[in-house]
Amino acid sequence: MSPDINPLVLLFASIFTSNILLANFLGMCSFISISKDMDSANGLGMSVTAVLTITTAINWVVYKFILIPFGLLYLRFIIFIIIIAATVQVLEMVIDRFSPSLYMALGIFLPLITVNCAILGVALFMEIRGYSFIQSIVFAFGSGLGWWLAIVSLAAIQKKVLKAPVPEGLKGAGITLITIGFMAMAFIGFSGMLIVQ
Amino acid sequence: MEFLIAPIIVALLASLLALIISIVDKHVNNYGDVEININKGKKVINTKGGDKLLTTLSSEGIFIPSACGGRGSCGSCKCEVSTDIGPILPTERPYLSPEEMNKNTRLACQIKVKKNLDMYIPEELFNAKEFSGIVEEINDLTYDIKEVIVSIGDESIDFVSGRYIQLVVPPYGKIKEYTQRAYSISSKPSEKNKVAMLIRLIPDGIATTWVHNYMKVGEKLKLIGPFGEFQKSDCNSTMVCIAGGSGMAPFKSMFHDMLEKGEIDREVWYFFGARTIKDLFLLKEFQEIEKKWPNFHFIPALSNCSPDDDWDGEKGLITDVLDKYLKTEIDSSKHREGFLCGSPGMIGACNNILNHNGIRDIFYDNFS
Repeated sequence: MSPDINPLVLLFASIFTSNILLANFLGMCSFISISKDMDSANGLGMSVTAVLTITTAINWVVYKFILIPFGLLYLRFIIFIIIIAATVQVLEMVIDRFSPSLYMALGIFLPLITVNCAILGVALFMEIRGYSFIQSIVFAFGSGLGWWLAIVSLAAIQKKVLKAPVPEGLKGAGITLITIGFMAMAFIGFSGMLIVQ
Repeated sequence: MEFLIAPIIVALLASLLALIISIVDKHVNNYGDVEININKGKKVINTKGGDKLLTTLSSEGIFIPSACGGRGSCGSCKCEVSTDIGPILPTERPYLSPEEMNKNTRLACQIKVKKNLDMYIPEELFNAKEFSGIVEEINDLTYDIKEVIVSIGDESIDFVSGRYIQLVVPPYGKIKEYTQRAYSISSKPSEKNKVAMLIRLIPDGIATTWVHNYMKVGEKLKLIGPFGEFQKSDCNSTMVCIAGGSGMAPFKSMFHDMLEKGEIDREVWYFFGARTIKDLFLLKEFQEIEKKWPNFHFIPALSNCSPDDDWDGEKGLITDVLDKYLKTEIDSSKHREGFLCGSPGMIGACNNILNHNGIRDIFYDNFS
C-alpha cells in the first residue's frame, strides 16, 4: 500500500526538506570532487537528475513485477546496480548519437554516475517507503533536482571561498566539508515545513 | 528446484540488459560508411563510422603516435581536423595550447568518427608501421639500463636518427591490458632489419618493469613507428649534444650514422651526465668514435663522484661542465646548435645554460 502523499508535496520535500545530499548525505564523492566550477557542477547535476528519474522508473517496474513475485528481495542491491549500470551505458550511447551538444555537456559525467550512491539510495528509499510508480518518479526527479541545487550552490560558494582568507590547513577538502556542514544546517531550516518519510 | 529461481532470474535479467545494450550499440552507434580524407587526398579511407579516430586510422594501417595507448593521458595523438566535428572536449583541453585549438588540432583518441572527415597529419606518419619482432638480445649496460635489440625479420624500417618507436607491452603479472610506451631508437638507420632501444628501469613503471624483469630473448613482440621530429640539422654548425641516462639512445644512433656517412667534418661536442661511475656506460664505444672522428669530443661527467673512484674525467653537475666548455673550449665564433635528450629537469637546466651562452637553436627529445 502506497503512502498517501500528494506527488507535488513529495517533489517539494525531496528538493528541500529531505534533500538526498544534505539530509541523507548520499552522493558525496562526486559532490565534493566536481563542485569546483559551475559548468561541471551543472553538467553533473543535470546528468544525476536524468539518470535518477529513468533508473528509478525501471527499478520500480523490476521491483514490483520480478523481485516481489519471485521472492527475491534479498537480491535487490545487485539487481538495482546492474540496471543502473546498463541504463547509464545505453543513455550515453543514445545522447551521443541524437544530441551531441547535450552529450558534450554531460558526456564525461555520465559514466561517473554509475557509482553515485544517491542513485542506488533513491531506489532503496522508493522500496522501503512503498512509493507508487508516480510517487517514485516524482521522488526521484525531485531528489535529482535537490542534488543539482546542492552542487550548484556549493560551486557558487566555492568561488567565493577561493578568494577568502582560509587558514592554510583548511584549504581544499577541509573548508569544503565545513561549507557542506553549514549548507546542511541551512537546509534543516526547511524541515519544519514538511516531513515526508 | 526453488534454489534455481534466483540465478535464473538474475541471468535472464543480465542477458536482457546485455541484449538491449548490444541492440542499442548496433543501431545507435551505427554511423554508416564514412570517408576520411587525409592530407587533401594523399590518402582516402572508406570505413565504418562509430569508432575513435585513432582506432579507425590504426585499423587502416596509419599509426599516429600514442604513448598511453589511446587513454587520453599523454596528448601525443594530435592531428588537425578541418571538418566541424563539434567543440573541443574537456578531456582534450589540458593537452592543447590556444594556438593548437585555433588550428583545429584534436586528440585522435578522444574524437569519434561519425561523418566524413578532412584531416591533416605529418607526411612522415605514412611511413609508420606496425612491426612484428623477436627479441634478439638483452644486454645489461648498467644496473638499471638495458639495451634491447629486436629483430624485425624480413621487414624493413626506414627512419632518421633521433626518432622513437612505440613498444607494445603485453599483459603480465597484475597488468591485464596491452600498454604502449615510446623509446628512442639507438640503432643506425642503415640497420634496416632491427631496432635497438636503451631502457632504464623506472620503479613500478609498467613497460620498464616488463622489460627488466619479464622480457626474454626469443620473445615475440610488436613495435609501432617510427615517430618524432628530433633529428640533426642539415647545416654544418657545431653540435652541442647533452644526454643523461637512457637519453644516450638517439645520439648513439645519430653519431654512428654520421660516421658511416662520412660526415666527420662537422664538429660535435657530446656531454653525458651521470651520478656515479656505476651509471656510466658505452664509454669505450664513444672513445672509439673519438679516435675515428677528430672533430668529435666526448665528455662524460660525474656529479656524485666518490674520492675512491678510479675516475679522471669531468666532475660536477653536467650544467656546470657544459657551461665551462662553452666558455673555454667550444668555438663561439661558429654557429652552434644544442641537442638535448633526457629528463625534463635536465633539459630545462641545460637549456638555460645554452641560452646564457648565446645558443638559440635548441632541439630536444623530452622524456616527460
